[in-house]
Amino acid sequence: MNALYRDLQWLPRAPQVFSARVKALGNFLGPVGSEVQSLAQHGLDLNQLTRLAKAIARLRDEGKSLDPLVSFRLAVLSNSTIDMIVPALVTSAARHGIALEVIQPSYDQVAQEALTPDSTVNRAKPDGVLIALDYRALPLKLVPGDAEASAAMVDGAIGYLHALRDGIRANSTAVCIFQSFAPPAEALFGSLDRVLSGTLRHVLDSINLALASSIAGTGDVLLDVAALAETVGLADWHNPQLWNLGKFAFSDELIPLYADHVARIVGALRGKSRKALILDLDNTVWGGVIGDDGLEGIELAQGDARGEAHLAVQRIALDLRQRGIVLAVSSKNTDEVAREPFLKHPEMLLKLEHIAVFQANWSDKATNIQSIAEDLSLGLDAMVFLDDNPVERGLVRSLLPQVAVPELPEEPAFYARTLAAAGYFEAVAFAGEDLKRAGFYQDNARRATLQKQAGGVDAYLASLDMTITFQPFDATGRARIVQLINKSNQYNLTTRRYTEPEVVEAENAPDVFTLQVRLADIFGDNGMISVVICRPTPPKEGEPATWEIDTWLMSCRVLGRRVEQMVLRELLEHAHRAGIERLAGTYLPTDRNALVVDHYAKLGFTKIGEDSSGITRWELMVEGSSHDPAPMKVVSTGFQSGEKQALV
Amino acid sequence: MLDFDQTPAFPPGFFIMDETEIYAKLSEVFESVFDEDSIQLTPALTAKDVDGWDSLTHIRLLLTVERSFKVKFSTTEIGKLENVGSLVALIKKKLEEKP
Repeated sequence: MNALYRDLQWLPRAPQVFSARVKALGNFLGPVGSEVQSLAQHGLDLNQLTRLAKAIARLRDEGKSLDPLVSFRLAVLSNSTIDMIVPALVTSAARHGIALEVIQPSYDQVAQEALTPDSTVNRAKPDGVLIALDYRALPLKLVPGDAEASAAMVDGAIGYLHALRDGIRANSTAVCIFQSFAPPAEALFGSLDRVLSGTLRHVLDSINLALASSIAGTGDVLLDVAALAETVGLADWHNPQLWNLGKFAFSDELIPLYADHVARIVGALRGKSRKALILDLDNTVWGGVIGDDGLEGIELAQGDARGEAHLAVQRIALDLRQRGIVLAVSSKNTDEVAREPFLKHPEMLLKLEHIAVFQANWSDKATNIQSIAEDLSLGLDAMVFLDDNPVERGLVRSLLPQVAVPELPEEPAFYARTLAAAGYFEAVAFAGEDLKRAGFYQDNARRATLQKQAGGVDAYLASLDMTITFQPFDATGRARIVQLINKSNQYNLTTRRYTEPEVVEAENAPDVFTLQVRLADIFGDNGMISVVICRPTPPKEGEPATWEIDTWLMSCRVLGRRVEQMVLRELLEHAHRAGIERLAGTYLPTDRNALVVDHYAKLGFTKIGEDSSGITRWELMVEGSSHDPAPMKVVSTGFQSGEKQALV
Repeated sequence: MLDFDQTPAFPPGFFIMDETEIYAKLSEVFESVFDEDSIQLTPALTAKDVDGWDSLTHIRLLLTVERSFKVKFSTTEIGKLENVGSLVALIKKKLEEKP
């Protein structure tokens, strides 16, 4: 069975503390509805769904308000056993911002409940009635080849469904949610079943089509169970053993998926569907990093497997925009660099005109997304944020829990499918106005620049449990060192390129200080992310012993993690041990490294020179320099203790 | 040097859980199904003895057991279950039958 759908893999997995948090709900301080929703935002199995639903029921019994969840009363009419499904519905609805109450009449009382004015369902005055029938609820007879009898059977089934609707309409104001019918996996003739009228497949196809067209424009809604069952596979959807054992209409393994689909519809009826898609750029909208790989280097071409995966992301974004979803960009990049592919790359499907708010800067993404929401005058709970980087996803989830942030698989080819499977943009109707909506938001959105920084970043960084490892250059790291030196453009102070023999030379020179830096965190090992080379300046009478920072570069993947501060701390320590009194740094501007124009200023260096081409020179005295601590564990290894005597 | 062609010689049944291990894992299953960590599993324990062990929870229990132990029960086997002891025996049999 496809795990993406079965396990709702766009949702993060439940944390270890899930059960403890569920148990603690009764004593939760603050709006308990938000805590319930946050717990429901995980990919939960049936037992976990049931557990949270029981806790929600307890909160209700205690008279606790579930605000800010919005109330919805749903009656469920079914010919199958739905007892295992009801708790899953309640929890899944909370995921979509709904405090769901389920009205569940006795088993298999569908017509009685719909048609009798004082039935359980009609007396309860529900907001909606889910008519959860499967094909076994319909009086279908096999009439192969008999077109007339087949058509009559279809009419009969539609008439029955309409009679149910009329009964509910007459007695309440509830909206009816009909289900399409998943055909059984077993064929009679084989492929001919689709062709020949009167076979089960042919009849159910016809019923589904007739039901769908009879619903359009009535205010009632279709839950397309047939499409859902086909997506996961009919053989996995139907489980005859479970039907026989307890009249379960479909496999228990698919209850979480089914319940989420019902909850999407209910959410959409209450206006909870998402309205905007915020896209990361590097490795999401295109393959590679524009700042490092350049316009020619990013992967974005038809005919290139990786490129086509990212084009598919652009395609789905564009399709969503066409149906009224607003698009925005949040990227850690220099604005100009990030815009370049939109303006110049011939294979880009997305153009600047499609993007309502374009945020490319070096602020953290939570701050950016907040600003995008303000610009669009939309709530954070209307936003979906798509980013390949698990650290960015974690940051946004932790600081802005209202924003939907899908988990993405390793393979970019599945990004578009994962986004679609999550169903963030479920709609129950489509009007001509929707077509214009994206443009409308765009007109109102001004391009914002960010001044303020989001709070809570420190706490988040601490939660990443980072370990930074410092080593001098060595043979093991050499290939990656050479690669970083020759590829890094953005976080690179001098952009000096060195060949492998030159790197070996620096590695072996006794007076050259080299540093390779690695960073690991709870999401895994980021590998080598920073490289530094310091060369002693020839000693002069009366001048302090100096290291000239020849190279200082860092991968943009770890931007905003305070790595540069920790690197400086390490540098100062080694400088001190080597009897160095002063660090000297240079910023050589290129068209790519504006990001680090203030690098030395931010680290407390003093500017000692600037020329007309923008080159700046900086110094920092080793003695007495202080450095902000960053929340990470430090490992320093492989350095010889005798650096001092190695120096000239 | 490791010889990857040679299969290590574990005795048959080496990886199969013994009854104590099955009971331990089954306790976790009960805890997640009943949302209750105080159920003491004994061979004689039946549905009557546990609050909330109705026919539906019974099916949810068996489905969770199937998934946790990666086994499948037949309808006949399910029908013959009498108590926790017979469930453990069935799990054990299924694990032994596994290739």
